[in-house]
Amino acid sequence: MNSPAPTSIPKPAAGGCNDSVIVRERGQREVFCGLTGIVWLHRKLQDAFFLVVGSRTCAHLIQSAAGVMIFAEPRFATAILQERDLAGMADCNEELDRVVNELLARRPEISTLFLVGSCPSEVIKLDLANAAQRLTLSHNGRVRIVNYSGSGIETTFTQGEDNCLKALVPELPGLPESQQSLLVVGTLADVVEDQFVRLFDELGIGPVHFLPPRRATELPPVGPGTRLLLAQPFLGETARALIARGATLLEAPYPFGVEGTLGWLQAAARSFDIGNEQFEAVTAIPAARARRALAHHRDILAGKRISFLPDSQLEIPLARFLQRECGMQPVEVGTPYLDRQMLTSELSLLDSGTRLSEGQHLERQLDRLRSERPDLTVCGLGLANPLEAEGLATKWSIELVFTPIHGFEQAADLAELFCRPLVRRERLRFQTCS
Amino acid sequence: MQLTLWTYEGPPHVGAMRIATSMQGVHYVLHAPQGDTYADLLFTMIERRDRRPPVTYTTFQARDLGGDTANLVISAVREAYERFKPQALLVGESCTAELIQDQPGGLAAGMGLPVPVVPLELPAYSKKENWGASETFYYLVRTLLKDLEPPERVPGSRPRANLLGPSAMGFRVRDNIEEVRRLLDRVGIDVNVVAPEGASPADLLRIPEADFNICLYPEVAQTTCAWLERTFKQPFTRTVPIGVNATCEFLAEIGALSGIQVSSSLSAEDQSRLPWYSRSVDSNYLTGKRVFIFADATHALAAARMASEELGFEVVGLGTYSREFARQVRQAASDLGLEALITDDYLEVEARITEAEPELVLGTQMERHIAKRLGLPCAVISAPFHVQDVPARYSPQMGFEGANVLFDTWVHPLMMGLEEHLLGMFRDDFEFHDGAAPSHLGGGPEANAAARDGNGVKTMADGGAGPAWDHEAERELRKIPFFVRGKARRNTERFACDAGLETITLETLYDAKAHFGR
Ligand code: SF4
Ligand code: SF4
Repeated sequence: MNSPAPTSIPKPAAGGCNDSVIVRERGQREVFCGLTGIVWLHRKLQDAFFLVVGSRTCAHLIQSAAGVMIFAEPRFATAILQERDLAGMADCNEELDRVVNELLARRPEISTLFLVGSCPSEVIKLDLANAAQRLTLSHNGRVRIVNYSGSGIETTFTQGEDNCLKALVPELPGLPESQQSLLVVGTLADVVEDQFVRLFDELGIGPVHFLPPRRATELPPVGPGTRLLLAQPFLGETARALIARGATLLEAPYPFGVEGTLGWLQAAARSFDIGNEQFEAVTAIPAARARRALAHHRDILAGKRISFLPDSQLEIPLARFLQRECGMQPVEVGTPYLDRQMLTSELSLLDSGTRLSEGQHLERQLDRLRSERPDLTVCGLGLANPLEAEGLATKWSIELVFTPIHGFEQAADLAELFCRPLVRRERLRFQTCS
Repeated sequence: MQLTLWTYEGPPHVGAMRIATSMQGVHYVLHAPQGDTYADLLFTMIERRDRRPPVTYTTFQARDLGGDTANLVISAVREAYERFKPQALLVGESCTAELIQDQPGGLAAGMGLPVPVVPLELPAYSKKENWGASETFYYLVRTLLKDLEPPERVPGSRPRANLLGPSAMGFRVRDNIEEVRRLLDRVGIDVNVVAPEGASPADLLRIPEADFNICLYPEVAQTTCAWLERTFKQPFTRTVPIGVNATCEFLAEIGALSGIQVSSSLSAEDQSRLPWYSRSVDSNYLTGKRVFIFADATHALAAARMASEELGFEVVGLGTYSREFARQVRQAASDLGLEALITDDYLEVEARITEAEPELVLGTQMERHIAKRLGLPCAVISAPFHVQDVPARYSPQMGFEGANVLFDTWVHPLMMGLEEHLLGMFRDDFEFHDGAAPSHLGGGPEANAAARDGNGVKTMADGGAGPAWDHEAERELRKIPFFVRGKARRNTERFACDAGLETITLETLYDAKAHFGR
């Protein structure tokens, strides 16, 4: 391959990352579309079904992203558009009704059905909002039918979750005027959710609700007394929709690592007027335990250079964690798009020497990677083995959305995800026979 | 609209990617949104390929749609050409781009690039992956070869054949190529070109120099072979050498095509061990085993034949998702007294397997999951497959060694003969039931069997205080054959537990036997 010289990188401006110059690129993007979120969303919402209205490509994407996890009968499927559906719209709507009726008859336990838009359904302007209304009526409210877009022309990877949760916002019941509550937004593993519930409880913060909830029939309330705490940085649209319903967004770093988790809990504690003493009393032990657990991994990670290709949208918070708590040096932190409102606290923590890039021109980014040769590269599944074959250690970004990584108890697990490829390289020894 | 849970085949542009990824010096520019880049992982993860598929995606977004997506194609083609300098360029679109009608193939063809540009039109809403692979290979070969004159044969040299059809994400391609090469070499035939796997466009130009073509993967190569036959008078083989009998027929076929006396060039050691293994007494237990087969057409047909002729199984279901070859599969099924299952609906396949009550399932990755759910033994014999079906060791499916591999692969999930014999002897004992698992397969299947029986009770043997075995009962327990002793112990303990007994006596043991033996 004869590649042109790496493009020159603008020098970082002095100051904080918040008023930063960043590399903006356009070109080929190597990232999943928002349909991928179905893989983790359907695990969380145990009584919901996700029906993609799309093509064979969409069905194949979800199946490939879900990988080995073939379930007996999954709670997601694709209504694949066929040649005759593209002939006329009336036909298309009727077909969709037929498929939905078939599906609901087969799965009576489903309480909420998501109609998920795709690139083809959007390009042919199939009105899924309308379809959702029509179908809700025809099923007499037995099933809540909601639509959102996971299309690749509108969304990357984790943005699908943002669209899904945003679609639920109008469905949330109102929180009575006089009441206050904390609403945590973003899919968390049940075990992590329970850990946070215990911490909030000990802090004296409550009631605490989660979006998405475990069951789609138990939607949390929202109103002017709602304080919003985001568990994931890619939920900007959902946050703005909740703000429009009166909620107040708590500015905080994301709960990755000890520092992130402390900052995140602190934002909630301040807003609920919990005193410092109380906060210390509740968090000191788990924070110390997490630091102890992290120490071992820090030995492995400290001083190592890491690059993130734009993918899960978790890149900036994770770079912050790895830099500040594990001593790693971020070389380039790529992100599919930069939502500054959601990342204010993160950007102010990230070292001002860090090079950020937004968007992607895959080939140029790989050129930079090859010339800078970081010790570890975080990238998508399609790129991992080819980069390993070039001698670059990699970590798959998709693991970061499938694995519990939030909170004190998972801080070391999170670090370990980055250690493993490095440790593995250390362990393996092969002789070359001659 | 078609409601789909899992799909056997990807869209047709993934078929085109399979051809591009198989080859050297070919690049594919695909007009597609960013999410479609997922397809790279099929090759880099499942097949562990060490380089990216040679594909540039335009990754247009919604904001480009009103504007100039066509320009995006042109700049992507130009950049890809300049960076990768391919010998030939494939240009096409995925499902979404098909709807916006930019005609990327036409655009690229008009750019005056100094290499052949092959526009691909692969209708995404009616066709699928294998068809896409087949068409792409055909378009590419036709574009490169259409103006060539048939070359003169040099007299006196060994006959030469091309191996056509092996491609990325094809089943056991690496080892099948090797095995067929060995086979041809032994009978005195040289391999001219293997394509698409490993070939460059320059290699494709040498295709006409062979005497005949071997159509190894008809799903991918049959259209191309038929064109080559018409254009260059190159005959091609109709038999795919999977199984002992098919391999013999294949040899006879290439013997006839090349004028070689094949039988005289093969020694006894060249032959498969399968016939002897199948005749040996241990294999008696294979007789009439009920097997359900669902795969791509080539592998389904081959497996049905092997299962009935070479292993003495009873084929109780035969089907394929390859509609293009439905006729042949229908014929084979009716020869076996069955009605073929032609579908790509995973749920229908599952329903038919459940209905047929097979003792072994031969299928794809999908059937592996169906079988797991039903607690049935299964072997994967065809794409679609997963990472565990790309083994590190040499394990072809074709040729005589392939037959050996298939014998082992199909028999492994079953009971060994001796074991089944013992099971027969002890049939009336309470510890046996249909779910008793082969002893060489660990605890997994037994756990499944327990789940099937609704026997989720934690047993005393798992730890914790339970009834104690008295000396006599313990001694009796040791007389029970080792491979079912665990089950006897658990059943007895469960029985004692339910009965509220603190000590298990000889009496309890036989009470339990009577209880569970009902
Ligand atoms: S580090 Fe990057 S983002 Fe931060 S100020 Fe410097 S250039 Fe800007
Ligand atoms: S990018 Fe668009 S067409 Fe491709 S899988 Fe995603 S939604 Fe479907």
